[in-house]
Amino acid sequence: MKIIAVCGMGIGTSVLLKMNAEKVLSQLGIEATVEATDMKTARESRDAQVILTTPDLAQLLTGLPSEIITIDHFFDLEELTKKLSASLL
Amino acid sequence: MSFAKLAEAFGEDSIRVLAVALDREHAVELSGDLLVSSGRVTPDYVTQMVDVLDTHGPYFVVAPGIALAHAKPSEVVLSTGLSLVTLADPVVFGHESNDPVRLVIGLCAVDHDSHIEMLAELSALLSDEASVNSLLNAVDTEHIRNLF
Repeated sequence: MKIIAVCGMGIGTSVLLKMNAEKVLSQLGIEATVEATDMKTARESRDAQVILTTPDLAQLLTGLPSEIITIDHFFDLEELTKKLSASLL
Repeated sequence: MSFAKLAEAFGEDSIRVLAVALDREHAVELSGDLLVSSGRVTPDYVTQMVDVLDTHGPYFVVAPGIALAHAKPSEVVLSTGLSLVTLADPVVFGHESNDPVRLVIGLCAVDHDSHIEMLAELSALLSDEASVNSLLNAVDTEHIRNLF
């Protein structure tokens, strides 16, 4: 399964999100690759099952085939665990 | 915990405590100015950081009270690094759940992947509530450097 973590530039916010998502996915036993990417690449992406991003950016990513999960607190592994397991398990 | 990459990422003159920011743009500029004074970027990068805020909104407020301000890798980035500014008074960024901001981290990177370990350490530091409280309550830059 492919997951993309999206932020405006693809170097800061999305990288934090990718790192913490990978931790949570491995704890949940879900096999997935997580790529950090910018908004432009995300808009062109069609093969990601899930897009992880912030509430602000989610509004700009409509119309894609991927399920969008928004994360408020990037360092809160409990929030990530809850939202990823609700969607993927 | 010890954070070797963070200690390296924060150059001289890259940390400021209890600064006064007039608004969210100013708060981002303060973090950018510290990247300039520590020799990481040219002043053009600071303009780009504010442009990111104007274009994409305050999405980089990554946790309650914490913003990770940055632009993208380009020729105006001289070397990868971080800056940090704590705000004397919290500033509203317009984020739906993480406002107001009390801590702005400035980030610059020369490419898309050489700063990953540095960010992993930053993530570990900011995941720890006690460390975040120490950062927010620091009265001088030495208190902050002692956390790395």
